[in-house]
Amino acid sequence: MTGSFEEALRSKRASGKKLLVVYVTGGFENWEASVEAAAAAGADAIEIGIPFSDPVMDGPVIQQASQIALDRGATPLSVLQAAAELDTGIPHAVMTYYNLAHNPGHDRFAASLVRAGITAAILPDLPFVESAPWREVASKAGIETVMLAAPTTPDHRLGDLCAAAHGFVYAVGLLGVTGERSALADTATKIAARCKAVTDKPVLVGVGIGSPAQAVEACSVADGVIIGSALVRQMLDGHGAEGVGQLVSRYRAALDEG
Amino acid sequence: MVMIEPTSGGRFGKFGGRFVPETLIPACEELEVAFREAWADPTFVDDFHRVLRDYGGRPSPLTECFRLSNQLGCRVLLKREDLNHTGSHKINNVIGQALLAQRMGKTRLVAETGAGQHGVATATAAALLDMDCKVYMGAVDVQRQSLNVFRMQLLGAEVEAVKSGSQTLKDAVNEALRDWVATLEGTHYCLGTVMGPHPYPWMVRTFHHVIGDEANEQCLALTGTDPDVVVACIGGGSNAAGIFSGFASSESRLVGVEPAGGAAVGRGIPGVVHGMNSYLMQDEVGQVQEAKSISAGLDYPGVGPEHAFLASIGRAEYPSVNDQEVIEAFQLLSRTEGIIPALETAHAIAWVVREAKNLQGQTVLINLSGRGDKDVDQMMEILNVDRVV
Repeated sequence: MTGSFEEALRSKRASGKKLLVVYVTGGFENWEASVEAAAAAGADAIEIGIPFSDPVMDGPVIQQASQIALDRGATPLSVLQAAAELDTGIPHAVMTYYNLAHNPGHDRFAASLVRAGITAAILPDLPFVESAPWREVASKAGIETVMLAAPTTPDHRLGDLCAAAHGFVYAVGLLGVTGERSALADTATKIAARCKAVTDKPVLVGVGIGSPAQAVEACSVADGVIIGSALVRQMLDGHGAEGVGQLVSRYRAALDEG
Repeated sequence: MVMIEPTSGGRFGKFGGRFVPETLIPACEELEVAFREAWADPTFVDDFHRVLRDYGGRPSPLTECFRLSNQLGCRVLLKREDLNHTGSHKINNVIGQALLAQRMGKTRLVAETGAGQHGVATATAAALLDMDCKVYMGAVDVQRQSLNVFRMQLLGAEVEAVKSGSQTLKDAVNEALRDWVATLEGTHYCLGTVMGPHPYPWMVRTFHHVIGDEANEQCLALTGTDPDVVVACIGGGSNAAGIFSGFASSESRLVGVEPAGGAAVGRGIPGVVHGMNSYLMQDEVGQVQEAKSISAGLDYPGVGPEHAFLASIGRAEYPSVNDQEVIEAFQLLSRTEGIIPALETAHAIAWVVREAKNLQGQTVLINLSGRGDKDVDQMMEILNVDRVV
């Protein structure tokens, strides 16, 4: 079964384009404008981060942005209410940590995403082996659950993991937390290739992509990339929506040129 | 039967599990397999007990508190984990994990620490076994436990002050997990308590089981029967898990004492963080709250999943005591028995003092999990005592 999020990515891919998904920390100052700028600059989908107190998968940039958002009073409700007002013409996912879904209960959390026009969820601390109860509820509500595949994921689990993924398969590019790196890790194309070998779902590389050139390199194998920390750093450095738009344009152009 | 092996996937009832990023799942699986093999290997188990005996100082004695018993009206026995090498029960788990890590071919240990006791113990094991060691400690805790920071450095460990989030134990756990995600191949995460993803809660309790086993035999030898009550303080819950496991199948009442400002079980809201489903202090939407008490070692907003399970089935109870009661208990034990307890441990004593009227004539076994040398500076400030020049 494919939902609207995955359909949108599949149809972009079918048109010969590499996919560009970007992450924006919800609740950060003017984050809505950054989402709109990213969409206008050619992003194919947006991940809206709901800030969490203990973002264990995130490196310093997204940690800092999350803390600033929390200090400004961001809550799941405030971020989702604002998200509901966004009309970018591209699909929206949320990226957050599992306790924010566990606390209200799977049903209520899924319903709150639906109300906000969100069609996919990424929960990096809910690994495949623990994800079935959430996926069942999410799927019924029409929320696609992206699964993360890591360089360490053994072959015997990768097939099931990719089969369970909806929206896309998030190929974690390296052993580590989110953040830009000076070179693309060789694990990035390896995990992308391993995923591509077992699924026809869109496979996107995230974690560790630090430049448009690295994005192009990852896309020699992957269907696309996820850009998070590089974009959030624009927000942290005060470049706002304009800086975000320019950054996304550079990635878009690089991917389109190939 | 309680306090046996968790069910597959590491569940204690509905609690436990393995809620970590996918990258770490294979590492947890590898650790579980390695631990099962090692614990079934008599050579490993012998090594573990030999190091605890010859290096750690086990068995730790059982001390009968004649003066305190007289004052309180109940028979108070102390399991003296404060007399272990490095001054607390923490050494049991650390020796077990360090030997296991070495057996797995790892050359580096990372650890989180709150008060610094687990950090010191890990640094000690790393020195003993010639391993690299990095300890993450919240910046706030670095301030309040500067002596322990220096002890870790003396032992050759690198200490990093964690400045994210609340800058306490929970953030140190986050940072240690982030380190481990990036360094899996040669690094073992030496988790300090019965929390985290499976197999940690079970493995750490197993390494601390020796506390309960010894205490059970010692109580029997001294009193001819099981104690009426077994009491221990609870942060993550490792010393409590160790002593409870020796009495889980007895009739003894099991009491885990939480700090009022960190009463994860007391508040009873299930949550998922740091790899486990357990009781967790959190706000109304699920953001993890900062635990606040007089003792850095108990300032953890969660609790080991097996304690959540024991609470949920009513096998153990988890009351809390406030800082003032702890300060009084700290001084009471020092003056009546000549034993300065860790502030963490003083929570267990404080509960016994408060409940003494309901414990008349009973035998109460307290796990004296650590010594209080590290807390003396802090107590001088709290009690407004000037240094004698």
